[in-house]
Amino acid sequence: MDNQIKNITNKYLNSKHRLMDIFHDIQKKSGYISENDIKSISELLNISSVDVIQTLSFYHFFKKKENAKYNIYINESIVAQMYGHKRILQAFENATKTKLNSISADGNFGLYSTSDIGMGDQEPAAIINGVIFPKITTYRVKEIIKEFRKGKSAQDLVNSFGDGHNQDNLIRSMVSNNLNRRGRVIFSGYNSEDALDIIVDKTPEEILHVIKESNIRGRGGAGFPIGLKWQYCRQATGKTKYIVCNADEGEPGTFKDRVLLTELPKRVIVGMIIAAYAVGASKGIIYLRKEYDYLIPYLKNSLTEAEKNNLLGESIKGRKGFNFDIRIQLGGGAYVCGEETALLESCEGKRGEPRNRPPFPIEKGFLDNPTVINNVESLCAIPKIICKGAEWYRSLGTKQSSGTKLLSISGDVLYPGVFEVEWGMTIKDIIDMAGGLDTKAVQVGGPSGKLISKKEFSRRIAYEDLSTGGAIIVFNKTRNILDIVMNFTKFFIDESCGSCAPCRYLTVILKNKLQKIIDGKGVENDLLELKEWGKKMKIANRCGLGQSAANPILTSLENFRSDYEDAVQSDKKYISSFDLEKSILAGAKAASRFPAV
Amino acid sequence: MNKNITFTIDGKKCIAKQDQNIVEAAEDNGIYIPTLCHLKGIIPSGSCRICNIKSNGRFMTACTTKVQEGMVIENNTEEIDELRKIIIETLFVSGNHYCPSCEKSGNCILQALAYKHRIMIPRFAYTFEVKQVDATSPKIYLERNRCVLCKRCVRSIKTKDNKNYFAIEGRGYTSQIILDKKLALNMSDEEAQIAMKNCPVGCILKKEKGYIEAIGTRKYDKIEIGTEIEIEA
Amino acid sequence: MNKPIIATTSLAGCFGCHMSILDIDDKILELIELVDFNKSPITDIKKFTRTVDIGIIEGGCCNSENIHILKYFRDNCKTLVSLGECAIMGGLPAMRNNIPIEECLKEAYLDGPSTHNPEGIMPNDEELPILLNKVYPCHEIVKIDYFLPGCPPRADLIWDALTALVTGEEMKLEYGVFKYD
Repeated sequence: MDNQIKNITNKYLNSKHRLMDIFHDIQKKSGYISENDIKSISELLNISSVDVIQTLSFYHFFKKKENAKYNIYINESIVAQMYGHKRILQAFENATKTKLNSISADGNFGLYSTSDIGMGDQEPAAIINGVIFPKITTYRVKEIIKEFRKGKSAQDLVNSFGDGHNQDNLIRSMVSNNLNRRGRVIFSGYNSEDALDIIVDKTPEEILHVIKESNIRGRGGAGFPIGLKWQYCRQATGKTKYIVCNADEGEPGTFKDRVLLTELPKRVIVGMIIAAYAVGASKGIIYLRKEYDYLIPYLKNSLTEAEKNNLLGESIKGRKGFNFDIRIQLGGGAYVCGEETALLESCEGKRGEPRNRPPFPIEKGFLDNPTVINNVESLCAIPKIICKGAEWYRSLGTKQSSGTKLLSISGDVLYPGVFEVEWGMTIKDIIDMAGGLDTKAVQVGGPSGKLISKKEFSRRIAYEDLSTGGAIIVFNKTRNILDIVMNFTKFFIDESCGSCAPCRYLTVILKNKLQKIIDGKGVENDLLELKEWGKKMKIANRCGLGQSAANPILTSLENFRSDYEDAVQSDKKYISSFDLEKSILAGAKAASRFPAV
Repeated sequence: MNKNITFTIDGKKCIAKQDQNIVEAAEDNGIYIPTLCHLKGIIPSGSCRICNIKSNGRFMTACTTKVQEGMVIENNTEEIDELRKIIIETLFVSGNHYCPSCEKSGNCILQALAYKHRIMIPRFAYTFEVKQVDATSPKIYLERNRCVLCKRCVRSIKTKDNKNYFAIEGRGYTSQIILDKKLALNMSDEEAQIAMKNCPVGCILKKEKGYIEAIGTRKYDKIEIGTEIEIEA
Repeated sequence: MNKPIIATTSLAGCFGCHMSILDIDDKILELIELVDFNKSPITDIKKFTRTVDIGIIEGGCCNSENIHILKYFRDNCKTLVSLGECAIMGGLPAMRNNIPIEECLKEAYLDGPSTHNPEGIMPNDEELPILLNKVYPCHEIVKIDYFLPGCPPRADLIWDALTALVTGEEMKLEYGVFKYD
């Protein structure tokens, strides 16, 4: 057996729960996980080889076959499309002499598509061997490939650094923060460590009280009250409790967590420590999406610093019995892992399939231990609440939505980027703030949210009105609504875990129907069916992904009806998609015939 | 001591034991809730979604939900029926279900559910997805054209030292059932037989013997699925 | 009142569905009282002599001729019924849908274990219809109004459906009347 594999699995105590890390390590060493590797892993971990394969094959970025020297993942999000994805893809195809989803004949270049990589404010973007290349032009494509052919590495081609800590020696990335607006909570100037000095003089119950009083709700999108979540977990029985930071932001159009992890890693860590103190947790995990793995050395350093300063480890801040440490769990490329129970499955080295609930993670989470899972942004807001108090926090925002919200704004705006605003802002003001012109539609909350038209621009972002995880994609009047909806629908198909039958395939059926309409072969009845079938997705599926997979279709049908009506042939009852000439081509060729139909 | 739980299904008063899931509690009260991926005695997966019911106004899968005191469950309503039909029809077009040539026809749960719901044809267009048949193992075939990814085999068929024979590879609509090649070499006849029996459709088939039951004598030829539950009560 | 007129055809089918029509046994006498037949293998009328009320299609579409006939039926029938699995979903012929057409032809005419074709000629006479890239269900080509599943559909189902169509009454669809095999 391969000693390398043995060393790697040994490093993770031959635990099947560390399969993700094992794959990452092997892939880093040899580029892919081979049949032999799979065999070795299954023997060393004493599991069947199909158990290895089921996890391995679930994630977008793990490769079972030999990889190219340069693996180019081109973002195919809607914003990338708006900013020239097609042109860039073509340029890559020409320069590498490779088609999408294949490896060039010389083995140098692998060309792949990938779902939103969290660079909506700097599209078109691609990941090449782990290095993010934002704002790519066709000129840049030629340059990159030329240099690669000379043997340069992806890191060698970093020709500028982004703003802020993107210039840090441990990051050195071309990614920009585009932090266009600092607010009063998250991006405010203060020392978050002060919060730890405050909490260690108080009881966990007192901390829970402050957080509950502050009325802060989860920032991932679902908006569950954080204080309650912590309290339930505190009350749950279990020896080891976990705090998990959900840094798997995958909703197309959101990138705020990337900026938080770049600029404020310490606040994220402090937020987790406070949560640990309040809940009585001793272990922490940061689940980081694979797309952001360029931040790992930097984040690991932040953790080491925290340990050095006695913020992590044993007897934190001198308080006996307050022990807490944090490790980073890297994902493998799966949007659904942003769903908290899927995230836990992934942390356990399994396929990222959402669990049935109950039991909820606060009772049975990571390895069946009581677990709190909080969004990066939620955790970042916590230290300030401790420092300034619940009442101060509640004075920001609206009645039911306290505090501030980070918005990731992208699309047809002059100033895409991250904005910290108070809850309660209208969509119109948001568009104006970011410099949107001739705006036709706004996607609030990413594809799983709503596509709204002008008549709703006076609505406010707040839990009591339009609740959102913060992704705001702006479309101007030149954009085709049906193309947008198609992009989102395909995204959900690609990212479905495949467990629930309706999410697995009704999405494909809906896409085919939408394509029929886009192809000009739709009739009125198709619109009716889209709506009727789409509505079923909401009630039929287990998790948020499946339940919202038809949202792009449903909300656009409601708000942009005329775009659909223009696309269908209203005078016909039935249109066949069948094309006789095309469908006899293969048959004629096989029989060496060249017919006139 | 186990306390009994009282609840209603479509207005009928029912009694269940604590910790029972709704599917089995309903069954004990002579009410059939259609299921496909659920298999008594193994951990419910809640993935086919056919057993969706409405409890206190909310949709949930009956196999994964434990019955609770005072639950008001809806099972036989037009709304739920329509949802189940859509799921069944989705499963039909997501694979290649050629019933006339399938060994499981007549004993197939997917087919029986479609009969029960009087589905003449799926409302969706056929897509003829390409699936690979795997006949490499000595004891069984995997006829993936018919697989509905219910994971019954994954959950129920294990080796003596509790290793998984089956698993799912990939994700989304391209995911497929796989069989551990090495373990399959030592699969016993009994295990192969159970694997075939537990497969609700004609995906897992035991080699060498087939089409044993004549048309007209198969389980669902004459009797609608679920009626045995309603009759026994 | 004039008797409703029926036409039937078999496309990519095995005529089993037509056999099942005949399988309604002595009811066929009743049927003759109720309806008249126009273009059909049963009457051997080759061309429509008038617009008919009900067209019954057996089989799916596997070649160009099937398409022409199906469209011919649609143009001349007020109501079209897909009869049997092949018309509904391609049936057994559609099992070739995921095999490249060259492979199918090679297996059938060149490499098959029971094939004797030393010159290696692939049927290519101009008169022959050309195979489609796959076998299509009829309702993907033209609008179909009703569907009767089965391989073949049980005679009782055909009888129930026809009488329902002719009399305008709703079908009862009791369990066991329709099957997919």
